[in-house]
Amino acid sequence: MRDAFAAEITQLASEDARLVLLSGDIGNRLFDRYKQRHPERFLNCGVAEANMISMAAGMALSGLRPVAYTITPFVTTRCLEQIRVDVCYHNTSVVIVGVGAGLSYASLGGTHHACEDIAFLRVLPNMTIVCPGDAMEVRLAIRAALRQGGPVYIRLGKKGEPAVHERAPEFAIGKGIVLRAGEDVCLLSTGTVLPLAVEAAARLSKDGVSAQIVSLHTVKPLDEDLLADVAARFPLLVTLEEHSVLGGLGGSVAEWLAGRSAPGARLLRIGTADEFLHGGGGQDHAREHFGLTAERIAARACAMLKTIGAR
Amino acid sequence: MRRGEDLAALDRVAREIRGSVVEMSHRAGTPHLGSALSCVDLLVAAYWAALRIDPSNPTARDRDRFILSKGHAVSALYATLAHRGFFPLAQLETFNEAGSALAEQPSPACVPGLELATGSLGHGLSVGLGMAFAGRLAGLPYRVLVLMSDGECNEGSVWEAALLGAAQRLEQVAAIIDYNKWQATGRSNDIMALAPLREKWEAFGWSACEVGGHDLKALVQVLGNVPDGSGKPVAIVAHTVKGRGVSFMEDDNNWHYRSPNADEVQKARIELGLP
Repeated sequence: MRDAFAAEITQLASEDARLVLLSGDIGNRLFDRYKQRHPERFLNCGVAEANMISMAAGMALSGLRPVAYTITPFVTTRCLEQIRVDVCYHNTSVVIVGVGAGLSYASLGGTHHACEDIAFLRVLPNMTIVCPGDAMEVRLAIRAALRQGGPVYIRLGKKGEPAVHERAPEFAIGKGIVLRAGEDVCLLSTGTVLPLAVEAAARLSKDGVSAQIVSLHTVKPLDEDLLADVAARFPLLVTLEEHSVLGGLGGSVAEWLAGRSAPGARLLRIGTADEFLHGGGGQDHAREHFGLTAERIAARACAMLKTIGAR
Repeated sequence: MRRGEDLAALDRVAREIRGSVVEMSHRAGTPHLGSALSCVDLLVAAYWAALRIDPSNPTARDRDRFILSKGHAVSALYATLAHRGFFPLAQLETFNEAGSALAEQPSPACVPGLELATGSLGHGLSVGLGMAFAGRLAGLPYRVLVLMSDGECNEGSVWEAALLGAAQRLEQVAAIIDYNKWQATGRSNDIMALAPLREKWEAFGWSACEVGGHDLKALVQVLGNVPDGSGKPVAIVAHTVKGRGVSFMEDDNNWHYRSPNADEVQKARIELGLP
């Protein structure tokens, strides 16, 4: 995902002379081509994220289109007040890009786990939150974010994630992408776990359960039209995210469902638990710990379908 | 009166602004009066002498920017902008009224000429660096003056900005510190080891100087000399007195919280030589 981001931002900087890329002293070599082509529009802000975000807001207030990039916890939580006041309160066109979201950097320890960022940023007025599901969605998301304007947070994994889309899908911020139609259960996936959703659907299919797969890349604003449709048609919605089940996509959909008067779908939220993860191990280990595997997702969906009498 | 040659006129404006600020605090029952009075001369020197601004075109792309990072003193900025012609003086009477554009701390673009909504300390300098970066990229030589409080220099983000501003040699930026030696609940040099303040800015790579923060002649000269030819951003440590201009408020930190009664307003106006 990060390579796709680097390639697309380099291209976008060639198309728009207002674009400035700010980095919090990461991306060693990643932005070499960008820096070679647009040296005057690259700013390494050092390990000082609060200043980076406020500077980005100052640039946007002066007509530039800044994109601020660093590791997820540091570009979201560390500088949350700068995002709230300078970016969101002023409604400035700043794109904030977090790399290593969720459990991508699991081996680096709890400081680098990012399973609360959506929750923190989602409550900020004016903020848009996009979690691309693969490299193709990364490219489309960053392009769409710059076109839209206003504060946008884009949440990336690391690199080497499997591609889900073979060709560019129709992409609009706030509009989910139906990857596969189904009848029994609807998997609503946001961000890095999209390949898991595809795998889980394949497993469900072996068990005779037809799963619809949606890449709900935009957590805010929610695609309410899509939700209204699937909540009426499916007995069970399953949200999938590499983020806490509190306050992320699952939380958002739960809030939406709770405010709905029509009877309809039940909700299963799958994500990370409300706990810090200690000890060694990489992303696979961490996902396993939280049940973020195709087997567990399929098994939990099946069990829930049985519980609610839909099977 | 554009370039600050007439010091007597500047002094007169400063007294009128102080009068407005005292009345606003009385009428609205708002605190932070000492903080507002502390920076009036800095505002007058900036708005009547240093800044290249046009009240009839407050969003001109090449205008100089002024950020009041100590947003709690915004009554002084509102009064400055009104006296300078950005909006009608009568609007000051709506300060802090329900639904008024003039909130106790400013909202984004609430009045013409207001560049940044502040109130949380430690934001203005970083935002100012971003504005200056944009100006440099666009080839527009506008200046960005950022007025901060000494207490504000407790915030770590100020020193993040200091490090980056120096590295980027953003010489169009001036950090002006209203050094009145008080913060909310005590002496600013006791609560945090702020002193020696000029030397700190110097050590961070800024071209730093000290100036009497109520010496209009010196302020006009120093604020008008940004960038100063050093190739570095400029730090102006302005020695000020909290509550300046009203004897019974000067250097008395109770006026961080109190607002004056009608009697005290009258006494203040007499001291300020206002009718």
